[in-house]
Amino acid sequence: MPVITFEHVTKTYPGQKRPALHDVSATIDDGEFVFLVGPSGSGKSTFLRLVLREYRATEGSVVVNGRDVGKLRNWRIPKLRRNVGIVFQDFRLLPGKTVSENVAFTLQVIGRPSRDIRTLVPETLELVGLADKGDRLPEELSGGEQQRVAIARAFVNRPGILLADEPTGNLDPVTSVGIMKVFDRIHRDGTTVLMATHDATIVDQMRRRVLELHSGELVRDQAQGVYGYQ
Amino acid sequence: MRHTLKETASGLRRNASMNVAILVTMWVSLTLFGLGTLVAQQVDLIKGRWYDKIELTAYLCTADTTGGTCTPGQATTDAERHAIEAELASNPLVAATYYQSQDEVFEEFKVTYADSPILSTLKATDMQDLYRIKLKNPEEYQDVVSSLSVMPGVQSVQDLKALLDPMFEWLNWGRWMAVGASGLLLLAAALQIGNAIRVAAFTRRREIGIMRLVGASRTYIMLPSLLESLTVALSGAVLACATLAAIQRFAIIEKAKPALQGFAWIGWHNVAISMVGVVAVAIVLSMIPTLVATRRFLKV
Repeated sequence: MPVITFEHVTKTYPGQKRPALHDVSATIDDGEFVFLVGPSGSGKSTFLRLVLREYRATEGSVVVNGRDVGKLRNWRIPKLRRNVGIVFQDFRLLPGKTVSENVAFTLQVIGRPSRDIRTLVPETLELVGLADKGDRLPEELSGGEQQRVAIARAFVNRPGILLADEPTGNLDPVTSVGIMKVFDRIHRDGTTVLMATHDATIVDQMRRRVLELHSGELVRDQAQGVYGYQ
Repeated sequence: MRHTLKETASGLRRNASMNVAILVTMWVSLTLFGLGTLVAQQVDLIKGRWYDKIELTAYLCTADTTGGTCTPGQATTDAERHAIEAELASNPLVAATYYQSQDEVFEEFKVTYADSPILSTLKATDMQDLYRIKLKNPEEYQDVVSSLSVMPGVQSVQDLKALLDPMFEWLNWGRWMAVGASGLLLLAAALQIGNAIRVAAFTRRREIGIMRLVGASRTYIMLPSLLESLTVALSGAVLACATLAAIQRFAIIEKAKPALQGFAWIGWHNVAISMVGVVAVAIVLSMIPTLVATRRFLKV
């Protein structure tokens, strides 16, 4: 069953002539692990932002979990985002809050009761391998650990879809492998993962489906693909 | 809710200097606004029920009145009264006439001077029967005054407007000055609130960004800012209400009332009405800029 469907999607940002995405059609099924590859400026981030309905498509339709997000009323957007987690290259943790508080934040702001927070936060920290670092502040952690906190934060509400925008872009190769293992673990539990990256090593190692964008056009959709053509 | 209240409290602390500025502006402007409404109520009280409806009042004689065409020791007789009514009915300048007996006049007097110490020394027989007269053209009062004042049984004919209009003009002028100044200050306060929210949205941009991405509702994101503005505005309103109460207590009850006893003065219930107005204005004028600013700076 498809959870993300792009149908002839074109996105042109205001004041720009060249579209960031041009006539892109693709379907991602429930439980898939998909890499979105391509050079900087090829439209990977735009693709993710359209899924989150940070922007509307200029043309075509983006359907997420059975809903055309372009037709979504503003007040319904939060509901969409509760089922789509996102992880960024720059972690975006709240510096004044501890690891646990950063993860709990997601649940607090969507109004989950404290007893859920008390069980879900430690569970998720355990899942990402930070069970013993809940009381630390982000600045006391390494880059890889900070990214694990960000993953925990995105996943603590158990969204059906997890998006990642260059999650290993700021990390060394060894740490990146650790991070990929966390994503793999989450994927094995049934979560759909869509990851934008230009880290060729991890794409080549994991051999998952690859969508390649070039100048806003989808130029390749390959099962068990690698970063570049072989 | 706990997170919202915590955010509100930390917002109030974080923007302390800005919030104090808004608070003081709100306080002064709401006090001026409240004063404007108090003056308006004072003017209405002095005008009473009849002021805007009639031009002239013809007072009839009682056994105790002298002057005019009164016969000392004798009240206006029925025959004289009929003659006066006939004159009023036939006078082409008169649009309408309302008759009030001593008792009716006293009832109205009791309402207007409810708080006045004078009331306890008066009874219905101290009042005079009277005719309230509306003219077709208020400018032509002189003819009616001269024809009425020579009729037997008429003690005096008063053109209240000639007496009070200059004072009301001053009072109204002062009132509009107060309301105008308060309007300007409230505008300043509204802009300050907008600014404060922009600054707060900027300081909290990372947090707000994450809230949006993890699916916090717009209301949830806006609520701390809303509560923050409301707290500041209501604190300003409370200070303004306290100032109005102090003015009523120390300026009106302790100073003006004893000095001008023949006057009807506004009471605490009038102050309460102004206070309700002050609080309502505070709420509306803090919410509008807050909603506009959050809409602009906290996009979903």
